[in-house]
Amino acid sequence: MSVALVLTLLAIALLVLGASLCTFLGRQDRAALAVGTGTSVAASLAGIAGAAWALVQRTEETLVLPWRMPVGAVSIGLDPLSAFFLLCIFLVSGLSAIYGEGYLRGFAGRRRVAAAPAFSGLLAASMAGVALARDGVLFLLAWEAMSLSSFFLVTFEGDREETRRAGIVYLVASHVGVVPLLVLFVLLAVPAGSFGFADIAGAGIARAGLATAAFVLALLGFGLKAGFWPLHAWLPEAHPAAPSSVSAVMSGVMIKMGIYGLLRTLTFLPDPPAWWGVAMICVGIVSGVGGVLHALAQHDLKRLLAWHSVENVGIIAMGIGVGIVGRANGHHTVAFLGFSGALLHVLNHGLFKGLLFQGAGSVLHATGTKDIDSLGGLMHRMPVTGATFLAGSAAIAGLPPLNGFVSELLIYAGAFTGAVELASPDGLWTLSVVPALALIGGLAAACFVKAFGVVFLGEPRTPAAGRAHEASASMQGAMVAGATLCAVIGVAPLLAMRLVEGPGAFVAGGGGLPGGVGTLLAAVTRVSAALVAGLAVLAALRRVLLRRRDVRRSATWGCGYEAPTARMQYTAASFADPVLKPGEFLFDRHRHADLPEGYFPRAARVESHRGDLAADRVIRPAVNGLLTLFRWAGFLQAGGVPRYLVWVLLTVVVLLVWQMGASW
Amino acid sequence: MSVVIDIAVQAGLLILLPLPMLGLINVVKSRVAGRRGPPLLQPVFDVLRLLRKGAVYSRTTTWVFAFGPMIGLVATFLAGLIVPSAFPTSPFGFPADVFVVAYLLGLGRFFTMASALDTGSAFEGMGASREAAFSAMAEPALLLALMILCIPSRVPSFGDAFSALPAAGGLLRSPGLMLAALALGVVLLAETARIPVDDPNTHLELTMIHEVMVLDHSGPDFAFIQIGYAMKMYVLGAVLVHLVLPIPQDGWAAPALFIVGQAAVAIEIGVIESIMARLRLSRVPQLLIGACVVAAVGVLVLFTGGRP
Repeated sequence: MSVALVLTLLAIALLVLGASLCTFLGRQDRAALAVGTGTSVAASLAGIAGAAWALVQRTEETLVLPWRMPVGAVSIGLDPLSAFFLLCIFLVSGLSAIYGEGYLRGFAGRRRVAAAPAFSGLLAASMAGVALARDGVLFLLAWEAMSLSSFFLVTFEGDREETRRAGIVYLVASHVGVVPLLVLFVLLAVPAGSFGFADIAGAGIARAGLATAAFVLALLGFGLKAGFWPLHAWLPEAHPAAPSSVSAVMSGVMIKMGIYGLLRTLTFLPDPPAWWGVAMICVGIVSGVGGVLHALAQHDLKRLLAWHSVENVGIIAMGIGVGIVGRANGHHTVAFLGFSGALLHVLNHGLFKGLLFQGAGSVLHATGTKDIDSLGGLMHRMPVTGATFLAGSAAIAGLPPLNGFVSELLIYAGAFTGAVELASPDGLWTLSVVPALALIGGLAAACFVKAFGVVFLGEPRTPAAGRAHEASASMQGAMVAGATLCAVIGVAPLLAMRLVEGPGAFVAGGGGLPGGVGTLLAAVTRVSAALVAGLAVLAALRRVLLRRRDVRRSATWGCGYEAPTARMQYTAASFADPVLKPGEFLFDRHRHADLPEGYFPRAARVESHRGDLAADRVIRPAVNGLLTLFRWAGFLQAGGVPRYLVWVLLTVVVLLVWQMGASW
Repeated sequence: MSVVIDIAVQAGLLILLPLPMLGLINVVKSRVAGRRGPPLLQPVFDVLRLLRKGAVYSRTTTWVFAFGPMIGLVATFLAGLIVPSAFPTSPFGFPADVFVVAYLLGLGRFFTMASALDTGSAFEGMGASREAAFSAMAEPALLLALMILCIPSRVPSFGDAFSALPAAGGLLRSPGLMLAALALGVVLLAETARIPVDDPNTHLELTMIHEVMVLDHSGPDFAFIQIGYAMKMYVLGAVLVHLVLPIPQDGWAAPALFIVGQAAVAIEIGVIESIMARLRLSRVPQLLIGACVVAAVGVLVLFTGGRP
């Protein structure tokens, strides 16, 4: 057993230990929080060390424990793909645990606080279990543990109606998602003769029909967890309902376990046809553009961030699509660039989305509201939260010198290389990623200028926003650490490439780092360094120029108007309107207006709501139809013995008639 | 030695040319309207005057307000170093620099919009909102046009693309490139806030886009904004010039031809502003989405017409 695996198992053991201790501490909120945070941080350190060790050493090993299970075996293992996802899991959950220490303290005395660190520990442990599992049954068990522990985290504030509703939606969605996965593993296990991943991969599934069925099932089951459009409908409900430290983990890494599952399934299927890649590119473009457009339409800060997870998972899907197309054509550079861009975006999104959810949590903690249009001017009172939120916003918009830019650049490079190297239809498909990414980038920039600008800049729109206070030390520490990591990956992408190189090549089907990637990333470092240096020079110049000059503070120019109020500022809804107007048909739009009429108009009001077309027009009718069907079938189960006897009699008669018919 | 000269020419043109380009636009507009107009170097005098002034800051603003102009200027300056100017290759170019340039311009825009919202003014919010919408719609057109430019040379870099252009027969031999030039022209007008997208001379804050975002900036900050704005026009103009004019690899003809090309861009903008009215705001998305469609058709032409 390698050092890396020992450290990872130690981390899982620590997490489970911490969770059980929290359970025993019960109502002693502070103590439970301290124990939970301590064990989580220790576990994360051990886990990060183990995963990084495995990535650098390129560890590939499998360990079958001699424990008895009804079906399958307790088989765990490490390879570059697992190690990379373990790194993401431990990094983001460790930061969130530190953040949660300060954030959850605010609930002390009002709720059973111990539940949050306990289930957070279990969530991290079960995600690590998913990444380590080398057996279909064990994988599904860990998957189920992950879904259940996160369900209890979503319903942490279960005394609120909307939270309970979100919890039920989440529970149902997770379990619907397991159905295709069950079928998938049974389907794969039949030709392999066992549920073991090694056997499945060794069976070399060659029948095209079977491989395609497996891919489609994986896309459905894992895509639901990842939040691909239109399977995302649960995501903007569940993620905002959870406490912010948990939303960070759920959006940051838990949905990525869907991506992990998809990539793991791809390693079982040796020769993917190009159309799988094209399907992934289409799924990615639809999720990406749809996600960011809906994010723009949100008024709730955490819902906005949840929709951006749909967008970023779309970007990851585009990268995977480019990778599959490259692999199908036997072009290693295209495959490597696509897959490594997607994987790096998994890590990057974990970092900046975790940071942004933590920032949103600090805002909620300080003002008691997530409504963007009730906030404003928080930068003055929350400088650290504001600065780190700005860093996260620039990172998620894919701007240099931060990390989001690096992964998007790799996907761009892969798409371009595909366009010039591959034969025509495939090349054109990979090229379609370029305008989609550009559009998503532009829209994400618009959305985060809105989110950051309306929440943190300008004047407070409500008294609550004016009374805001800065987050506690541990919350600030976690956010600063997250922002620093975003900047480090952006300035030194070659370091991040060392982590992604192994898993990228692993999924791309062997081979090493293609030539040119190193040069490209070194150039990114030069540009980032030049940006920082140029900014420093200009800041110094400005300081020199303004020294001993007349520098005054005054009111904002209001075109001559002398008594502006905070309510006259531009709101989030009006900011987003010109962006959304051309895409109006993509929303389920409701608008009620009582417009002013006559010479002496009375109070007027306008209300508009942009709903989710997929949820409102596809998922909801489907679920309602299903419920009608169940209600109708409920006629069978009336609860009275006489009717059941009638059913038994009828069945016997039908069977008799059938049997007689058969014997004639 | 030649590298030193290359760097000097690249940086020198980037520093010297953008502001007089703005002046040239105003000269052209004045002449067309039958006025004598300001001197060619008026924007330079304006910037020098602003650099000597003090500044007034709104009590609402934070450090983001002061950072916006600086980041805008630095990002555009770096983009200007990377995009080839006098010669078809830039000493600062590298593979995949087209994506980096597009995102550097995006970085500057992001912080300009953020510093506009920092004032808490409804007018500046309005400007930022429009800028966000229009730039998001122009972004796919820009990237698609750059792809058309780069695919023949097989490397996503300005230097390789411009060097390969004369061998491929230049603009006239490739309908795809012509469509790319058309789309780039629209992007140039939109990104630099010129007619028909925005009117730099309008006096009504309600109808402005770029000008209203920078209403509250003064002194050196405003000078940075003006320089950055002129450089952005220069950068996008440089791409267009190289696309249209066959600029030789070396020799003194190259810088001369490049300066003539940039002047032609400025004159064209001036003429367009003199003979056209700006579009209604609700029509602008149609223009920009139209540019995206034109560029997409260009890509299809390139792919169906057999790649060189």
